[in-house]
Amino acid sequence: MALLQIAEPGLCADPHQHRLAIGIDLGTTNSLVATVRSGSAAVLEDEAGRALLPSVVRYVQVGIPEVGVEAQLRQTDDPHNTIASVKRFMGRGLKDVPGAAATPYRFVDSPGMVRIDTRAGLKSPVEVSAEILRVLRGRAEASLGGELTGAVITVPAYFDDAQRQATKDAARLAGLNVLRLLNEPTAAAIAYGLDNASQGVFCIYDLGGGTFDISILRLSQGVFEVVATNGDSALGGDDFDECIYRWIVEQAAIVDPTVTDARLLLSLARKAKEALTDHDEAQICVTLSSGQAIDLVLTAETFFRLTASLIAKTLAPTRKAMRDAGLGMDDIDGVVLVGGSTRMRHVRRAVADYFQREPLTNLDPDKVVALGAAMQANLLVGNHKTDDWLLLDVIPLSLGLETMGGLAEKVIPRNATIPVARAQEFTTFKDGQTAISIHVVQGERELVGDCRSLARFELRGIPPMVAGAARVRVAFQVDADGLLSVSAQEQTSGVQATIEVKPSYGLSDDEIARMLSDSYSNAQTDMNARNLREQRVDGLRLLEATQAALDQDGWQLLSDAERATIERAMETLRVMLNGQDHIALKRAAESLNRATAQFAARRMDASIQRALSGQRLDTLEV
Amino acid sequence: MAITLSESAANRVQKFLDQRGKGVGLRLGVRTSGCSGMAYTLEFVDETLPDDITFESFGVTVLIDPKSLVFLEGTELDFVREGLNEGFKFNNPNVKNSCGCGESFNV
Repeated sequence: MALLQIAEPGLCADPHQHRLAIGIDLGTTNSLVATVRSGSAAVLEDEAGRALLPSVVRYVQVGIPEVGVEAQLRQTDDPHNTIASVKRFMGRGLKDVPGAAATPYRFVDSPGMVRIDTRAGLKSPVEVSAEILRVLRGRAEASLGGELTGAVITVPAYFDDAQRQATKDAARLAGLNVLRLLNEPTAAAIAYGLDNASQGVFCIYDLGGGTFDISILRLSQGVFEVVATNGDSALGGDDFDECIYRWIVEQAAIVDPTVTDARLLLSLARKAKEALTDHDEAQICVTLSSGQAIDLVLTAETFFRLTASLIAKTLAPTRKAMRDAGLGMDDIDGVVLVGGSTRMRHVRRAVADYFQREPLTNLDPDKVVALGAAMQANLLVGNHKTDDWLLLDVIPLSLGLETMGGLAEKVIPRNATIPVARAQEFTTFKDGQTAISIHVVQGERELVGDCRSLARFELRGIPPMVAGAARVRVAFQVDADGLLSVSAQEQTSGVQATIEVKPSYGLSDDEIARMLSDSYSNAQTDMNARNLREQRVDGLRLLEATQAALDQDGWQLLSDAERATIERAMETLRVMLNGQDHIALKRAAESLNRATAQFAARRMDASIQRALSGQRLDTLEV
Repeated sequence: MAITLSESAANRVQKFLDQRGKGVGLRLGVRTSGCSGMAYTLEFVDETLPDDITFESFGVTVLIDPKSLVFLEGTELDFVREGLNEGFKFNNPNVKNSCGCGESFNV
């Protein structure tokens, strides 16, 4: 017996045609699944009434891995096979894994992404994530009573192509149809209905279990643009627990606590932290395995003092994000709190003080991202009238390719709404060139060396032509999940080549932030560098053409003196090509151009004479 | 005969209406489709239609068009939980047989 949900007016589905859609917040510490039922977004709970699924997977000898609370409980006993915070490894090579040595896992480097050696064999982060998603999918199907049409999965705004692709692969492995990947801060903004406003600038402060992210979003015409992101990938609620734990150890003068005692005290620390959200003091009362009895009272005041430095650590990236975005407090139209740790009173107060406004807190900060994802999923499967809101996402960094001289030519600019397709025409540099190497890069800087290389491929089989005659159309296409494919086609011959960009490893959030801020701070140097490279390419081309002409008929058409003048100008240009002054370089190129003007005119005359000689006037077709 | 909501159904509907922030009530209906002839529809109401017949149950306004009422006379709408799944269920005395899924029926 299927149970019915209330539909929007006129949108009641036919029997067996229900489009069940879910939103998944695949978190570093915890994951959630939500859906829209009878018009309201709600998080789905498991049989025990728990909404949060700890993002922990434990591989066992045979059978299905344990996921969630059970796995979390075994973390200390079975550290090699119990994988937590796998999100940090998504789409990363071993050298990109932050603090790999500090984790208990046996990492194995492998092309593309690290693998973790478990008793069930080598597991990639994609497979581990898929286990988490599989559990959430099962929960959703049991709750909704049917097959799922699709899911929206959230990812951090700073996730690059490799990390997004890895997330999508994990979903596919878990048997989920991914409707779209959505940026976490955007999902939070949707949950609060901020997308219903016509425009505004919103700041999303996300303090989770182990990560802190700050994102500044600008909404205009239904599109959320990520203006700036920053954060600290090793700061979260766990650090607050740790602070209380250290305080207990110090207060009770505990010497060398056993592993079990330490775990017990940490969980008491966490409980005390949670109690202090609503109370002014928390009691910590326990007997350790050594027989030592502990009875302490932690006041909210002490707790706030102990952890003030942690809060300060969130405000530094916040300030930086605001600076990157070039925004002042007056420009912010709303602040959203995300992540369970933002329940702490002093966190809220610090955020309110910093932004000089009360943050939005009426939704459960643990659930807000999943709720927003569910609303987006519901919209994408067509259970909601789309004219109400049409939300688009944007690409975080510009995509382009390398042109002659190591310059990055942007094909799709940063913040273009996706899906998007853009094409641009390029040509050959040398006479008779039959292949073009296409180097796809991501970033804001003018020189390829400062951008991130995504992929390389070659277009071969271009018919030999003079330089500049071939017309190579390069098309970039970014799908709704922010994944890129690039194709190149030579227009006159039709030869083509295509690549799907699955970059081998990812960028860290710091790197993305750095790449962005570098592009601002280096704008002037970049521009000069671009000018210099462009002038060099022009200069080289001019030298090549002049040399070719001299070799061909210079001895016929030029006197020794004229020839010497041209060669002197060429020599000056050659010297300037190695210099750094683009203006001097340009002048040298211009003077070579002037020096060869007479020569060029004579060549023209000579070729006309050649064409005309031996022909009678009346046979000429004029 | 009337159309009624169980108390739990009424509470749920009220909650959903509140969360939705608009709407005057709940529309029950039937339409011809599905594997067994007729199918239930359940929708929020933003505008009442001239022919609508209105019932009131635990403070919730229930609207139904006269054609559907013929098939739904005496129905109670209940809100039930089955494991993790939860939703509304039509207890319709007119039904002779329904398909296995319960989404469509025959009178």
